[in-house]
Amino acid sequence: MIRLVLPPHLRTLAHVHGEVTLDVQGQVTQRSILEALEARYPMLRGTIRDHVTQQRRPFLRFFACDRDLSHEPPDAPLPDVVTSGAEPFFVVGAIAGG
Amino acid sequence: MSGVRVLVGTRKGAFVLTADGKRKRWEVAGPHFAGWEIYHLKGSPVDPDRVYASQSSGWFGQVIQRSCDGGKTWETPGGGMTKTPGGTPAGESNKFVYDASPATGKPLTTHQWYDGTQHPWEFKRVWHLEPSLIDPDSVYAGVEDAALFRTSDGGKTWQELAGLRGHGTGPKWQPGAGGMCLHTILLDPSDPKRMFIAISAAGAFRTDDGGKTWRPINRGLRSQYIPDQSAEVGHCVHRIALHRSRPTVLYMQKHWDVMRSDDAGESWREVSGNLPTDFGFVIDVHAHEPDTIYVVPIKSDSEHYPPEGKLRVYRSRTGGNEWEALTQGLPQRDCYVNVLRDAMAVDSLDSCGVYFGTTGGQVYLSADAGDSWEPIVRDLPAVLSVEVQTLP
Repeated sequence: MIRLVLPPHLRTLAHVHGEVTLDVQGQVTQRSILEALEARYPMLRGTIRDHVTQQRRPFLRFFACDRDLSHEPPDAPLPDVVTSGAEPFFVVGAIAGG
Repeated sequence: MSGVRVLVGTRKGAFVLTADGKRKRWEVAGPHFAGWEIYHLKGSPVDPDRVYASQSSGWFGQVIQRSCDGGKTWETPGGGMTKTPGGTPAGESNKFVYDASPATGKPLTTHQWYDGTQHPWEFKRVWHLEPSLIDPDSVYAGVEDAALFRTSDGGKTWQELAGLRGHGTGPKWQPGAGGMCLHTILLDPSDPKRMFIAISAAGAFRTDDGGKTWRPINRGLRSQYIPDQSAEVGHCVHRIALHRSRPTVLYMQKHWDVMRSDDAGESWREVSGNLPTDFGFVIDVHAHEPDTIYVVPIKSDSEHYPPEGKLRVYRSRTGGNEWEALTQGLPQRDCYVNVLRDAMAVDSLDSCGVYFGTTGGQVYLSADAGDSWEPIVRDLPAVLSVEVQTLP
């Protein structure tokens, strides 16, 4: 199972608390995680990536294993520790404001 | 006893204020969608417990919310959680995609940018939701970048009425300081095919065939900030209002100038009269007196607060030109709030209630048509919109 950490506003929107666990079919990538997430929580569609372009929203980042993976190709395999569930995959809202 | 429900959208959530017909004791519920910008909420005239809300964020984009119990509980239409892949809901209630199909005739891809170049249309948010007068599942949405969308399935899916952007002047539209937004949608209660909309900074437009075709209705407007001051489009209309008993008479608060049309927008004349400044955002009409209108003058386009630090609503009982300041109960010193374009509304109780919200977080009520005011709440986040439902 994949462990996913959402920012608080998206947890509220999806009516979840804490981490989300997802059963991802096939290779574990940014795209396959987000597709599994959106299939289970359709209200999140369009909030992490644009409906039409499927591009990550500009103020969101993807982190895992202390690395910023936001600019990795969406179909690149994620680290084994994410695939195994040992480490979570983070969707993080960029800090803005003062 | 009848009552009122006030729907307040703010920078950091939505609030629902309720009272009985006396409008003395208020219950405040919220914030709903805490931390999100709520540009607008509005209830269906057919089913008052059906309320739609526009929820948006610079991080997470647009979300549409719907309530079927008067704002107590909310859902994203068609976006419920699924435990199995089979039968997954579409989750498209926040999907606003500009029509680019050749079948619509003239699909547009660019409008004028601040520097005069052409710029692609990019969806940013829903500014205004206008539920149908006859069907609780049908709602119009005015969006930024300016376009008009419609749902007929309770908000699950949205389709653009592309004839507005496609009628010919679209490439000349340009954003105002707040973006290029379609912020006003007026449905003509006497003619289901007639609708008025307004865009900053393009102007006012009308359809007489249910949204298929549109044309600008800006004759008589003059704007110093465009090269041709009387151009067909390019005017920064801030708000339009009408009285349901007389929908051919329109009132407009333009960037500068308060205007009136007596022929459904075919022509406009200025009715700013003795206002201390004719810049402002809101304008609204008394529920029972079609010639009684309200504005909140703001000092200027570069100083968005009341003149002299005095928060004054101005009322005209003559449909414009002759205005009286309404000050009782409003701060008359050191007040530097703004009242945004969707932040005034009226109820339809026998003694018409007038409501407005400020960027300082106050929502004021006058239960005597403007003669005196009192705050319902004082310390909300900046108020973006106020709507009122008069309940049986």
